[in-house]
Amino acid sequence: MKEYDRKTIEELIDGKLPWQKLKEIITSEKDRKRFFLVRDILQQRVRFPEKIILPLSFHLFIVDKNGERVIKCDCGFEFGDYRKNWKEKARVYIRDTMDKFLEVFPEFMTPHPDWVEIREYYCPSCFTLLEVECVPPGYPSIFDFLPDIEAFEEWLKEIGD
Amino acid sequence: MKLKEMLLYSEKIFKESGFYYGLKELKLKEEEPLKFERFFARLRGAVVAARETALHISASPIVRNIGELCFALYTPEGDSIVLSTGIIVHVHTMSEAIKWMIRNDYEDDPGINDGDIFSNNDPLIGDVHPTDVHTMIPIFYKGEIIGWAGGVTHEIDIGATTPGHDPIVSTSRFEDGLYLVCEKIGSNHKIHKDHRIRCQRAVRTPLYWDLDEKCRVAGCYIIRDAVLKFIDEEGIDYYKEFVREVIEDGRRIFIQRVKERLIPGRYRAVSFAAIPFKGKHPLKKASKDILMHAPMEVEITKDGKIKLSFDGASKPGYHPFNCSETAMQGGLWVLLSQVIAYDGRVNDGSYLAMEYNFPPGSWCNTKDPTASFGTPWMFLIPAYGALFPCLSRGFFARGYWEEVIAGYGPTGSMIAGGGIHTVLNIYFPVANFELSCVGLGASAIKDGLDWGYAMWNPESDQGDAEIWELLELGLPYLSRKVKPNTAGYGRYRGGSGWECIRIARNVKDFEIYLVSLCHLLGGGIFGGYPLNAGYLLRAHNTNLKEIFENKMDYPIDDEIPAERKMENLIKGEVIRNKEGVLFPTEFKDYDLIHYILFGGPGCGDPIEREPERVREDLDEKIYTKDIAEKVFGVVAKEVNGKFIVDLESTNERRKKIREERRKKSISFEEFKKIELKKLKSLPEHVREMFKESFELSPRYKKEF
Repeated sequence: MKEYDRKTIEELIDGKLPWQKLKEIITSEKDRKRFFLVRDILQQRVRFPEKIILPLSFHLFIVDKNGERVIKCDCGFEFGDYRKNWKEKARVYIRDTMDKFLEVFPEFMTPHPDWVEIREYYCPSCFTLLEVECVPPGYPSIFDFLPDIEAFEEWLKEIGD
Repeated sequence: MKLKEMLLYSEKIFKESGFYYGLKELKLKEEEPLKFERFFARLRGAVVAARETALHISASPIVRNIGELCFALYTPEGDSIVLSTGIIVHVHTMSEAIKWMIRNDYEDDPGINDGDIFSNNDPLIGDVHPTDVHTMIPIFYKGEIIGWAGGVTHEIDIGATTPGHDPIVSTSRFEDGLYLVCEKIGSNHKIHKDHRIRCQRAVRTPLYWDLDEKCRVAGCYIIRDAVLKFIDEEGIDYYKEFVREVIEDGRRIFIQRVKERLIPGRYRAVSFAAIPFKGKHPLKKASKDILMHAPMEVEITKDGKIKLSFDGASKPGYHPFNCSETAMQGGLWVLLSQVIAYDGRVNDGSYLAMEYNFPPGSWCNTKDPTASFGTPWMFLIPAYGALFPCLSRGFFARGYWEEVIAGYGPTGSMIAGGGIHTVLNIYFPVANFELSCVGLGASAIKDGLDWGYAMWNPESDQGDAEIWELLELGLPYLSRKVKPNTAGYGRYRGGSGWECIRIARNVKDFEIYLVSLCHLLGGGIFGGYPLNAGYLLRAHNTNLKEIFENKMDYPIDDEIPAERKMENLIKGEVIRNKEGVLFPTEFKDYDLIHYILFGGPGCGDPIEREPERVREDLDEKIYTKDIAEKVFGVVAKEVNGKFIVDLESTNERRKKIREERRKKSISFEEFKKIELKKLKSLPEHVREMFKESFELSPRYKKEF
């Protein structure tokens, strides 16, 4: 069974792995214990004590807080129950005018506000940009991912991890 | 047993048992796994060899150079067993065409006999669009049909109302060009003469049509011969059992791969396509702005099944971007074969491992037999842009960060047309496929691939400019260059795009049309931005002749649109706008056209991108200095053509960006109030999009 050492996976998730090694990882069979190794590396890096159940993105994690599953930013901010859209607790910036588009896009390479607005969702504590939506005006906020944690735990048992 | 009975039996036993052909055990694989794999490799080798050999018969650069063809082997009932490389879009499309013939009693009339050749390009039966033409032959062994071989090529011209392969003006089927509706085009191993004459007179490029057809037929016969040799050596009984096991194995492998790499749960992403036709389309009924809505939901069940749904999709319309159900299958499988089923074992077993909901009557399952299906990719490409972000959230959570892809650049800027070359006095098409090299989205560990990806062909290739010039005689290149600021921003940026400038030369009656994506929608992932939008730029009645004769500087790029380089270098009527579509327009000698091949979306917060990487971007002209500072918070100065980063100023700038975010952002409650207010005064095309989605899906309306 394929396995990589901790240092290799740390370099991988930090984007530091040399291309030859990265290519080998991409094209080889998967190391089945990766989930646990990555979770462990991330656990050591975050500033909060709660146990990570599932990483959602570079900064967001579902954690076990006294038996409740809540979403936390690595800065420590809590977004609440993982079954609700975390964006409802985020700070939002809406780019919905040409002037706001031109803050980040070159002239002629912007969308038009009659068709598109860009929503930037920030962590209310560290103000890291967590997600960007690019949708028509009036469109509801998107609930990106609702994991079935119980089923996943069964999978982990089933494949022998 | 007749084919129809075999098909019904196969479907019934799968429904009852959950296993393809009821195979609860894979005896051949379990008893001799190495032999099983060797024989699979042998059949796969046969279909890949068919593709690699047959493409040399074609004269079309789209087939010969870009590789827009694919071959496959099927069971007698039409289930795909093994596919070649190439446009794997057709994993299931030819299956549906074969099954359609079986369901419609082709065995009785017109008959399915040894030596027969069939052809189809009708998306309502089994295809993506008419320009993808299928050729299928039944394979007989000692008088019994034991399978089918099929091949598909993408044509240069399909005889639509406008020249080229992907029309934009069509409003109904009757403007899409040549349709072959599962027709018997040959018998006794020979193409019928009347079919050849009919087709050659129905398209603008008969030579390319004829050689493409011969290419497909030749590939099918290479597969047939390989299968018969296999049977001669291993026996017919082994072959029959083996191919069933290969399909069931494909189903199991797909599920295993899902369970190995993803997380069960519900994933959502949404895509749109902006079609700004109002006031531009020549027909009143089609002269309206359209916003296509593709709300994707991917459910990964606890048993490893992927359920894909577009419930809430908007309606079809008077345009060629409508999709049939098989077109949607095509778009889906070409993507899944890149991220899950990429080891050559993709077949109809993988198809059976999923469930699909393409709502009937929506744009993604258009049932109207009179609808136009000329260019479904204009909707398919953006719609499936949501699939990679959905799956990537699963790959990321599972720890496989190297599999994350934020999305892809749309292969927009589809330039097409045709005219007469005045020196050679022949018709030439503009049917360019260099758009098969746009930017790929960023990963969670590295930047996206620059100028080297097309979602519809995993072996993308822009082709040499000189090869395109041989085809497109009257439209030589002035330049191909990297286009700054096309890569979606992020901790890891999307792959960069590029730009082209070309002039009309020695032409008459020459028209060009172009769709560009000027109002991009979608997004990056984990804080990455979507790719940047495009624009249209062309020039008529120019002084380029004088510029060339006097050896003056001529335009080779439009790197920074604000600099108006084009307007400053040439005299004439320079048109630069965000209209998004150029309907067929006459181009005369020394008229000029510029177009952008897009970049890919980004991954992660741009102010977390390593300053050193931004410096490299600046040196390579991926980004300009102002974007580096405004978006990435990297302050740099240029010294002798190379950039040096000021780390102290960069840290300060990044702190300031966070502070600006704090000041300008609002709470979700305030955001919601603003958006609800907008719903009362939406632009007409947005209001119409919501209305269509609500009418088609009560569930979507209720949730909204």
